[in-house]
Amino acid sequence: MLQGWIIVSTSFAYLGLLFAIAYYADKRADAGRSVIASPYIYSLSLAVYATAWTFYGSVGRAASDGVGFLPIYIGPTLMIALWWVVMRKILRISKENRITSLADFIASRYGKSALLGGAVTVIAVIGILPYISLQLKAVSNSFTIVLQYPDIVMPAKLGAMPLLQDTALWVALILALFTIAFGTRHLDAAEHHEGMVAAIAFESLVKLLAFLAVGVFVTFGIYNGFGDIFGRAAAVPELMPMLAPLGGVAGDYSNWVWLTILSMLAIMFLPRQFQVAVIENKDERHLNKAIWLFPVYMLAINIFVLPIAFGGRMHFPAGSVDTDTYVLTIPMAEKQELLALLVFIGGLSAATGMVIVETIALSTMVCNDLVMPVLLRLRSLRLNQRPDLTGLLLGIRRGAIVLILLLGYLYFRVAGEAYALVSIGLISFAAVAQFAPAALGGIFWKGGTRRGALCGLLAGFGVWGYTLLLPAFARSGWLPIGLLEQGPWGVELLRPLELFGLKSLDQITHAMIWSMIANVGAYVAVSLSGSPSAEETRQASLFVDVFRSSRTGGGARFWRGTASVPELHSLLARFLGSEAADEAFHGYARTRGLRWPDEEFAADAEFVHFVQTQLAGVLGAASAHIMTASVAKEEALSLDEVRAMLDEASQIIVYSHKLEQNSQELERATRELRAANVRLTELDRLKDEFVSTVSHELRTPLTSIRAFSQILYDNPEMAGERRAQFLAIITKETERLTRLINQVLDLARIEAGKAEWRVAGVDMRALLADALARMSQVFHERRIAVHLAVPERVPAVEADVDRIIQVVLNLLSNAAKFCEPERGRVEIALVEDGGFLRVDVRDNGPGVDARDREIIFDKFRQAAHSPAGAQGSGLGLHICRRIVEHFGGRIWVTSRGGEGSCFSFTLPRAEATLSRQAA
Amino acid sequence: MSEFETRGQRLVALCLLGFLLFNYPILALFNAPSTVLGIPVLYAYIFCAWAVLIGLMAWVVEMRG
Repeated sequence: MLQGWIIVSTSFAYLGLLFAIAYYADKRADAGRSVIASPYIYSLSLAVYATAWTFYGSVGRAASDGVGFLPIYIGPTLMIALWWVVMRKILRISKENRITSLADFIASRYGKSALLGGAVTVIAVIGILPYISLQLKAVSNSFTIVLQYPDIVMPAKLGAMPLLQDTALWVALILALFTIAFGTRHLDAAEHHEGMVAAIAFESLVKLLAFLAVGVFVTFGIYNGFGDIFGRAAAVPELMPMLAPLGGVAGDYSNWVWLTILSMLAIMFLPRQFQVAVIENKDERHLNKAIWLFPVYMLAINIFVLPIAFGGRMHFPAGSVDTDTYVLTIPMAEKQELLALLVFIGGLSAATGMVIVETIALSTMVCNDLVMPVLLRLRSLRLNQRPDLTGLLLGIRRGAIVLILLLGYLYFRVAGEAYALVSIGLISFAAVAQFAPAALGGIFWKGGTRRGALCGLLAGFGVWGYTLLLPAFARSGWLPIGLLEQGPWGVELLRPLELFGLKSLDQITHAMIWSMIANVGAYVAVSLSGSPSAEETRQASLFVDVFRSSRTGGGARFWRGTASVPELHSLLARFLGSEAADEAFHGYARTRGLRWPDEEFAADAEFVHFVQTQLAGVLGAASAHIMTASVAKEEALSLDEVRAMLDEASQIIVYSHKLEQNSQELERATRELRAANVRLTELDRLKDEFVSTVSHELRTPLTSIRAFSQILYDNPEMAGERRAQFLAIITKETERLTRLINQVLDLARIEAGKAEWRVAGVDMRALLADALARMSQVFHERRIAVHLAVPERVPAVEADVDRIIQVVLNLLSNAAKFCEPERGRVEIALVEDGGFLRVDVRDNGPGVDARDREIIFDKFRQAAHSPAGAQGSGLGLHICRRIVEHFGGRIWVTSRGGEGSCFSFTLPRAEATLSRQAA
Repeated sequence: MSEFETRGQRLVALCLLGFLLFNYPILALFNAPSTVLGIPVLYAYIFCAWAVLIGLMAWVVEMRG
């Protein structure tokens, strides 16, 4: 069933399916319901990394050197782990500056230099063009091979095709059509090609499935699993070296390491990878899943490479079949027609996916960074006066796409089976690796300058051309081979493959070492030897500090000059079309809360920056800069001014951060101060109150002592009886005074924490009896009945005997004071109450009013409703409370109006009970 | 340190780990003509280490909190 017409129609059906998918995705995007806004599609689109070179070439390489191909896929796995740090930054920079391509990115970083952008574009085109040829060749070869079914004939033996029968030409033309249809459908300031991305993601699935299908067929269909293949291979003597290939057939370890590094750089700086990873990215968060999904894809597509390679080696006699075609020829040899067709389609998808994305990326570069800057500078074209340039832009891109594909085809026709084509994959990798120092240096190092980047790029590219391209041409017979063997002009030191005598390395490692030394060396040395211009300093800051600069106003703060809104509008309309320009203006006005065009807004720095960024999304930064400058009269900022602004901005950030911290600290301090102030005011008030109360309390007895003394002094003749009466009063008042002063001093000592506490085990029964004995005289005089109730055994408490007696005496004397003589009755009870001992002193006096129950324990507070004549300092109960609380107890009063009151206090019991001690 | 930075640093560490695993001298330890379950030990090692590395990356990225 593998007739020509079936293969051709299947291929067309497949390409038609791609068109349909792309068309559908584009329509969905227009309707605002994107199908590619998913981390899975993003990861699959990254897999455009796996080209026909992977699909067919990996097996070819594995068949000769075992694991030598693996660093090409392990490198990206390692690199993508760094994407969290590196790619996130590149994505942010690209979104804020509307970067349209890798060339634009580098040009924009180094002061929007058109020269640098042009250089990157030229290097990319030269480096990648043969790589595109390789894809065309793969499609053409696989088609030719399938067509010979059931024979297996290598295309080289069939000779060159006539031009019009050459599959590669038709593939190139169809791909040009596809790329034009979905890559340049319209000018989009965000440069998103949703249809293209959807198609690429689909192709990634197809090539993976096709490859896995062959792998499963070879491993489990022809052989009995992995062990079987390797077991049989071990029996073949010529395959033995491939079982431990490192340091042998797979090359040195240094080779392995450099290949890893090379692939790490390739995954970032191949134009197609930059296109899908950065330009087509819809959301930074898609990176999260891609970080592990993409490596999973690469792991999956490589699992069966070695089994297929070994299977092929064992299946075909050495040299009869090109190892690069094993993927296709094994199913054919096994008469698996459907599988062979699937493989062909898989290879087709791998090749076309790469070609489509690479061509879009390159055409954008050629248009924005090579052609437009030149056209805009040619005054004779008067581009400034053309009302609509969108057609011109699209035309240039379409032209570039056709040109690139035809050039790729041409190279394929010329190079054919030559060495220069077969080994081109890694040579292309090495070419794009030259972008790494300028691009990576540019986002982490502010010191890199335009001249440094340009010199580094050219030096690295020069060494690349000399050590890789030149030998490839010489081996293809286009240059005298003597160039390699004797060196140019017979100077052996300059031999391209052993430059300066560096021997015993494979050529990629050799070229990478010298080109990176030249590239990084020139970049750093030239950057450091000069100083950057104002424009470069500004861009450096925008790139390196991208996560910070958006907070300080971004690029707008560096612009100074005058512009007019209508002029800017017509500028934007020329490149975006007037509808898109209107939309952009509406959008901008909305962010300002205005309704354009009814309400005018000023063409200030921010607005000019906005227009320039919009333009950059279509034209690239360098051209956008030229165009904006032609309309807006910008005052050139000197380097010192830019530096001053940058310093200012970074200082402002530092200051505002500090300020924020300081104000938080201040706020906290203020709160603390306010609380302290409230407490102090309260204390001050209490002190005043205390002083006035104490003075008052002292004055009352003093007044009476003075008065009676005066009377005695003035009347020496006074009768003895009265004199004795007066003297008794004086004595009593003096005692009261002494007691008061003692209490004040006592309280002061307690409050100052200077009171002495002699803590010991106290037997409360003895203590109460003692206290009662001391008071018995008083009770007896006032004829008050006293009743003491104590249990037989009580636990001891840890306290100061004298102090507790002081408390009990105070409560007893209060009770005695407030009971009516004759009818008075005081009951003292000792109760065990949980972990405490409680002493209740109950009297049948007037009781304590509910309002007074708390305040009577305060300093100098007596019950407002205490009966007339009841005297006291107002300190007694307060001191009691201090003492009881000192020992961990509590004191309170319960009372019912008119039925007496009960003062209670508790003390925590000590561990052992006294009774037990006695026992 | 924010969660973003923590993840970034973990991933950088994984990259360095990968460099160690797929480099001389660790790689040389497995570069021998013996087999594990019929598979050459070097091939088995590379693919297993690769899978483990990817697993760790997924764990770091997808881990919540």
